[in-house]
Amino acid sequence: MQRYLVRRILITIITVLAVSVIIFALARAAGDPRYLLLPVRATEEQFDALGKKLGLDKSYPHQYWIFLKDMVQGDFGDSIVDRRPAIDVIGERIQATFELAAAALVWSTMVGVPLGILSAVRRDSIFDRVGKVIALIGQSAPPFWIGIMLIFFFAVRLEWLPPTGREDFKSIILPAITLGWWFVAVNMRLIRSAMLDVLDSEYIKLARAKGASQRSIVWKHALKNALIPALTFAGISLGSLVTGSVVVELVFAWPGLGRLAVQSMYTSDYPVLQGVVIIFTLMYLTSALLVDILYAYIDPRIRYA
Amino acid sequence: MASGVANGIIVTPEPRGVRVRRMARRLRRLPLIPVSILLVLVVCGITAPWISPEDPVNGDLNDNFLPPAWQGADSIPKTVVEGEVTGYRRLLDVQIGSPEFEEAVAARGLSAEEIQVGDELLVEGDKSGSTRFFFGTDELGRDILSRIFHGARISLIVAAITLGVGGTIGTFAGLVSGYYGGWVDELIMRLVDIVLSIPILLVTLVLVASLGASFELIVGVLSLILWPLFARVTRGEVLQLKNMDYVALARVSGAGSLRIMVFHLLPGVFNTLIVIATLNVGVVILVEASLSFLGAGVPPPTPAWGSMVADGQDHLATAWWISTMPGLAIALTVISLNLFGDWLRDTLDPRLRQLN
Repeated sequence: MQRYLVRRILITIITVLAVSVIIFALARAAGDPRYLLLPVRATEEQFDALGKKLGLDKSYPHQYWIFLKDMVQGDFGDSIVDRRPAIDVIGERIQATFELAAAALVWSTMVGVPLGILSAVRRDSIFDRVGKVIALIGQSAPPFWIGIMLIFFFAVRLEWLPPTGREDFKSIILPAITLGWWFVAVNMRLIRSAMLDVLDSEYIKLARAKGASQRSIVWKHALKNALIPALTFAGISLGSLVTGSVVVELVFAWPGLGRLAVQSMYTSDYPVLQGVVIIFTLMYLTSALLVDILYAYIDPRIRYA
Repeated sequence: MASGVANGIIVTPEPRGVRVRRMARRLRRLPLIPVSILLVLVVCGITAPWISPEDPVNGDLNDNFLPPAWQGADSIPKTVVEGEVTGYRRLLDVQIGSPEFEEAVAARGLSAEEIQVGDELLVEGDKSGSTRFFFGTDELGRDILSRIFHGARISLIVAAITLGVGGTIGTFAGLVSGYYGGWVDELIMRLVDIVLSIPILLVTLVLVASLGASFELIVGVLSLILWPLFARVTRGEVLQLKNMDYVALARVSGAGSLRIMVFHLLPGVFNTLIVIATLNVGVVILVEASLSFLGAGVPPPTPAWGSMVADGQDHLATAWWISTMPGLAIALTVISLNLFGDWLRDTLDPRLRQLN
């Protein structure tokens, strides 16, 4: 277990470093950052002062070291568009992204899990078919298009829900459904196949033989074991939900980190963009790491693989 | 074919009739609708420059916002302005007090006093769909059907090159990793782990911000996403194959490592690779569409499905077809690819079921 843990954590750290190297290299490849960071009519002194602060007179490894040190302290530099620390700009947006991810996770679990159970218990029934269609759409239709179609029907035509923005409770419904759709699909498939496996196992046969009712077999005996992969998946999805939110936030003008990242890409607001990407990467990797640890804890077979 | 010995079990080839009958049975389960959709798509993509009814890049502004062929005239929002409206502004503005203005005000049950210069007013359009532009036109008067054909072309080219590059690198990495084992294996597989855990979509945003969006960039990024998948699967297969007697026999008869990998191991992995490739074409198309939707894809004016969906988002209330049609194209393509891939997997390599 310990060896596995150490290895997993090491890989996570290397990945974070790899991403930071890529970002650093790209920042330098884009040209002298001073032209971007300073106003057009900056004086020679300002130019030199910033050069010193960024360490542009030093070697590349040394510059990277400065970059890394600042990053660990949460200093990504000042936003070029807003003229204030990038970390502040990012901080204002983070809550909206978490809200959206949480809402998507809740609805996809609430729909995906029961649908998965029903379609496993009653194979080839109406539930199974509906589930298959939802899963197929979720895995095939691009989320940005699903979002736009939902806006078209529920906001433009029916006028039930607001098309974009983040005002009241109603405005989170459409983006959460869009973001969660893919997870409903995966959740459902996971639960279905886990449930089918479990229902076929020896201990369920034993339960049947001793006369347990169908209801108690499904809900008491089988579900507990079938839920393990789904719970794990919910953990992994936290990370993917965060990256998936980039596209969805753009569609719904949801003022979160994802939209901030895309906007900073348009405006070449480098400090903000690299800040968002680093923070997203950390969230993504931490959730994956936590899930792996949890999984290894629950399922001993993983540890010795 | 003669009888062979594998792992000490004598293998007798099936009689020809049995094999033919089994092939026929599998072919009968071929998902016809998805396969036909894919065929149409591939043909349209390849022949796009010749079969497209209109120019996909340069449209006539007089033809903008035309609805699909089956739809009648629709109302469009115009800005209320003072003074005479001329030229193409007629499509966007309406003069206050003009007959067109009065008619629109009356039709909406408003009073003329309420409306000021600068307001938006829904004006009955004089445009109804025509068969010339079957799926309608966009903001710049470009034919959506032609753009979908050309978008299919871009998606196909991107998918083909990415699978070629990513697939080759991944397969080779997997062969080397599985064949040599030891530290080489450890190194390649840890690299695979690292690449798989990088949120590539986000890193791509940084790439685009500093290097600019380009075709090469998209292909590079997508290949980077693909190669670890190929490497993992190939390695797994090679680990099983390399202990087979026929590989040992090849080695004894003097075949070098490269020869064994390419001529003895690769053919055994081939079916699996075909399945992995098919199942991932859909992934490539989806990621490419997402990138071009974000403005990080193949740069305009080249028509790409994702950016076409993005173009239509601002005109959803008045011109639903601009976003809907290309989105439908993406969804249909990926659904068909998934269904076809599932069939291929069950036919060529049923063991892969567990992987998915």
